[in-house]
This record gives sequence, structure tokens and C-alpha cells, in this order.
Amino acid sequence: MQALYAQLLVGLINGSFYALLSLGLAVIFGMLNIINFAHGALYMMGAFVAYFLLSLGGINYWWALLIAPIVVGVFGMILERTMLQWLTGLDHLYGLLLTFGIALIVQGVFQNYFGSSGLPYAIPDQLKGGMNLGFMFLPIYRGWVVVFSLVVCIATWFLIEKTRLGANLRAATENPTLVRAFGINVPRMITLTYGLGVGLAALAGVLSAPINQVRPLMGADLIIVVFAVVVIGGMGSIMGSILTGFALGVIEGLTKYFYPEASNTVVFVLMVLVLLVKPTGLTGRAA
Amino acid sequence: MKTKSIASFLLGTALAVTTAGAAFAQDKTVKIGALSDQSGLYADLGGPGSTLAAQMAVEDSGLAAKGWKIEIISGDHQNKPDIGTAIARQWFDVDKVDVIVDVPNSGVALAVNNIVKEKNGVYINSGAATSDLTNAQCSPNTVHWTYDTYMLAHTTGQALVKAGGDTWFFLTADYAFGAALERDTTAVITANGGKVVGGVKHPLNTPDFSSFLLQAQASKAKIIGLANAGGDTTNTIKQAAEFGIVKGGQKLAALLLFLTDVKAIGLETAQGLNFTETFYWDMNDQTRAFSKRFSEKMKNNAPPTMVQAGVYAGVRHYFKALEALGGNPHDGVKVVEKMKSLPTEDDLFGKGEIQPNGRTIHSAYLFEVKKPSESKGPWDFYKLVGSVPGDQAFTPLSESKCALLKK
Repeated sequence: MQALYAQLLVGLINGSFYALLSLGLAVIFGMLNIINFAHGALYMMGAFVAYFLLSLGGINYWWALLIAPIVVGVFGMILERTMLQWLTGLDHLYGLLLTFGIALIVQGVFQNYFGSSGLPYAIPDQLKGGMNLGFMFLPIYRGWVVVFSLVVCIATWFLIEKTRLGANLRAATENPTLVRAFGINVPRMITLTYGLGVGLAALAGVLSAPINQVRPLMGADLIIVVFAVVVIGGMGSIMGSILTGFALGVIEGLTKYFYPEASNTVVFVLMVLVLLVKPTGLTGRAA
Repeated sequence: MKTKSIASFLLGTALAVTTAGAAFAQDKTVKIGALSDQSGLYADLGGPGSTLAAQMAVEDSGLAAKGWKIEIISGDHQNKPDIGTAIARQWFDVDKVDVIVDVPNSGVALAVNNIVKEKNGVYINSGAATSDLTNAQCSPNTVHWTYDTYMLAHTTGQALVKAGGDTWFFLTADYAFGAALERDTTAVITANGGKVVGGVKHPLNTPDFSSFLLQAQASKAKIIGLANAGGDTTNTIKQAAEFGIVKGGQKLAALLLFLTDVKAIGLETAQGLNFTETFYWDMNDQTRAFSKRFSEKMKNNAPPTMVQAGVYAGVRHYFKALEALGGNPHDGVKVVEKMKSLPTEDDLFGKGEIQPNGRTIHSAYLFEVKKPSESKGPWDFYKLVGSVPGDQAFTPLSESKCALLKK
């Protein structure tokens, strides 16, 4: 039984990453109607920015949490301005292919310069060590990841669902022409939204840098699972993607305990089941 | 009339065969295919560095000046046996490749082993670990350089059991390599009076090991044996440090650890790990000289791993056999037989031999990862702790199930 508690907690930690990443995807899909396949590459860039800040500039983890999302977010906004905006109104497939291509190029460039085995990034001193919870030894850093990503997820949800800015944003996706008539700069808003979604990915990248290796393919390995999370949660649903992110982390954790061989397929089995029963996803509305 | 035409036809064929034979003897063209994981978790320990090692072997052999035409092509098997075999088939059928080198990932390596045998090519494997390549699944076309799971088990594994690590829990990569390494190490553990108390099989390329590490922690085993490689091993070791596993009194046995893995983990976390390799860049003047030339040509200035060194040494020895034959007969079995008949000697692995089952025998070295304070340069990672002569490190022929030995 003790082991089970431990696995639940570990699942929650992985779920934090799924939640942060799928949240960004949901925001981008919900507002821009783009299936952002470059998300994994941008997550990886976040981790690399943190690595460069530390190794070249001596800038620590805490600043990286702030700077990396901004740097990568700006990169994302440039992508949106120069490429993605021309796809407005076209089929989803175009956005998917374009962002997939961007992901391959970004990963290829990083791999060319940094190889595949990754770079070390130490846990910040303040979060080193761990505490004994009785049923398990919890590294403090992992506890921090869960708490911090929960706060970020809820803040993002609040921003989009409960503030005036969020209301404008949602209105702009429903009927851009009408919102524009009210004097709101819709294209700029969309660019900023893409920047926000991308920034969330970069933030997840910084959070994961001390746990996983900082390596060019770190995002490529994760992004497929995250897409399954978004599909299960319902495309474009903010709360849905947060909840499913955490829930699937836990389910995956339990699978690692009961039947480890299936641990990297269980998410996809669930996806198939959900699509069969409720094709719009658990919290999605029919289009 | 009819018999006469058949007879002349036969005569013509016989003539064609003899002239073709003569042409083979003078044929000095060679095509090398470097098949590896070019972009995944094993790309840094093999990958582009292995292709470079093969190129350096060509340059250092000086064969071009003697009229040989040697060409190297490379391919990415992406750690998938189906892709690896498809490339190998195309190389033999369309590109007329003579020899396939490197091929890390035991799953792919065993699949390619069958293709090379079927096409009668030459297979110089350096990257794969499974001892089956020269044991149950041995082939007259295959030479296995550098290391294998039997060697890893009988060096690192044995040393740990003898030092008192008599209960083990395995974290095993769920494919041919992990299974072979766990099997060979388990045999050593039980033979030395130890016991395996449990284990988990994890999928290849797992980003998060915390669930598995918690199970290993709960098992109370003295040694947690890592029967995995590359990115999987580095992630396990890093995360084990996070969960306080070594501080809790359990010891990690990195059964297979490469130079690039230590770089990725960082000395702070990796210090004190014991493991075995057959090549390290900083062994002696020859290895340092080679490594200097090598790293100058590498994109990130990395020195060679033992896998890449094995590709170099293997290709050099292959050329020696071709020179002794006076040309390239394009007959895999014949070339490999010649390779086995010549003793091996090179700057990187020293003196050795290739056994009848295809296993190359050379010394193995036990290393310990240095403390950050002991390291003097960006790749100064290892401290030599001991060495094991080749005949003790690798499978004794009496224990081998290789069919080639039953002649």
C-alpha cells in the first residue's frame, strides 16, 4: 500500500509536465486553431535557454524560470508573425505540417551542435535534498514542480476564462471581424496568445532541465504523449487539458508499477477508448 | 550438334568463371557501410563518430596510395530492426556494399547479422552488446569487436559481487540487449553465491525512472543493476541521486557506461561509479594521439568512445586481411576467415586475436569515475582501477554454443 502512495505521487509529478504542455497546446488550438506540433521543440528550447543562461552567463535557475519563457515566447511570436499567420482559415493540416517541419528543423539544428546525449543541469541549491514522507523519499525539487505547475495552470485558466483580456480573446476567436469593429487589434492579440502558449512550453522545459537531460530530442519524445493527453481531454478545452494531464500522469505511474512493459503505451490505449466512446474528448464540446 | 553447343557453352562458362576469379584477385574496390543510430539515444556513442572512425581507418591504412578505391556510406537505423535490415538489404543488393560496420542496438544488430550472412558480406560489429552475436547466433561472416554482455557481467558484475554486493535488483531495458545483459550478469551473481531479488523491464528510451527507482529502493537489494545504456542509463543515475538511493546505502551498478554518458551525467553525480570499458582515450601516447586527431574532426570536439575506437580498429584489421588476400574477393566468409587467421594489433586495443566464433579478444579495464576535483580537462573522467586479460574477460570457447565451433 505504501508503494502505491509513492507511485501516485510520482505520477502526479509527471502529470505536471503533461498538464503544462497540454495547456499550452489547448490555448493555442483554442485561440488560433493551430495544431502546434512545434510545441516539443519549443519546450526543448526552454531547457536549452536555461542551460545557456547558467553555463555562459552564470544566471541561475530562478531567473531562467522568468527569462527562458520570454526568450522562447518572442521566438514563437516571430514564427507566428512570419509564417503561421498566413495559414489562418486554411485546413488544420497545413498548420500541423508547417509546425512539424519547424520542429524538425529546430531539433536538427540543436542536434547538429550538441549531439544527442544531453547536457547536465544541476538542481538549484535551495531545492536540493528531499524529505521522508514515511511512505517514500520525496525529492524537494519534484514537490516544487508539482506545486509550481499547478499554480501556473490555474493562473492561466483564470486569465483566459475569468478576466476581461481573456474574454476579448475568446470573443476574437468566435468572431474576429466583430471584435475588430470594437477597436481591438485582433492579429496582435493572436500573436500574444501564441507567445503565451509557447512560453508555457518553455517554462515546462526549464522545470524539467534538472530532472531530465537537456537534450535536443527531449521534446520529441514527450510531444506525442502530450497530444494524446489533449485529444483525451478534448481539443481546446483549458480545464480539460489540465485535469487530463495530471490524471494521465497518475495512470501512467500506476502502470509502471503493475505492468511496466506497457507504461509507454497505456496513454494511447486510453486515447483509443475515449475516441471510441466520446470522440470530442472527455470535456470537449461538439464542434 | 546439340552436344557440341552444350559443351562449348560449358567451356565458355568455365572460362568466364576463371577470368572472373582472376579479376576478383586484382579487384581493389571496397565499399563500407557504417550503419548506426545517427540521431537517437545511441548517436553520441556511435553515430557520426563511428563513420568518422571508419574514414580515419581508411586514411591511416594508406591503401589509396596503393591503388585501392575505398568508399564509405552511412545509414541511420533509428533503433528499429526493420529499418536496419531494409538498409542492409539495399546496401548489399543495390549499392554493392562489402562490409557493414558499427550497428549499436542489439535488436538491430542481430537482425542485420542474418542479412549479412544471407548476402555473404562482412559484418564488423562494434556498437552492439549482446554476446549472442558470437554465441548462439554466431555467423561465419561476423566479427564482434570492442565488448559484449558476457564481458560486462564478468568484469563489473563479478567485481561487485565479490566486494559483498550479493543481492541485486535489475532495471532492464526491455529488448534483446537488456535481456542478454541481465541473463549474463545473473549467471555471474548466482555462480558467486549472490541472489537476484527482483527487477523491472522498462521500455527503451524512458524519460522518467522515478517509478522504477522507487521499486528498486523498496526491494532493499544491496546492488541496483542497470542493464540499460545511453540516455536510459544517464537518466537512471541522475534520478537515483535525486531520490537519495546511493545515500540510502544501495549501490548502483552501471553495467554499461560510455564516456559520453559520464559527460551527460556530470562528474558531480557520476563520481565513484565503477564500470568496464575496453578503450579510453587517455590510456597511453598512442590512444591520446589518435583521440586528438579524432576530436579535432568532431563537431563538439568529443574524443572517441570505445565503440568508435572499435570501428576504427575493426576496419584497420579488415584492410589487413584484404591486403593479405591481394585484392577484394567480395566473398564475406573468405575475408572473415582471413581476418581470424591474422593476429590483431593496433594502437587502440593493443594485441589480440579473433576467435573462431568471431569474438575479438583484447584486454578490458575497470574504471572509476573521477571526483570533480580530480578532473583536469573537459573529458578527463576516468581513473584506471584494474585490468582483466582478454581470455578471462570474454566467453571461453568451451562455454560457447556457437555452431562454427562444432566442425
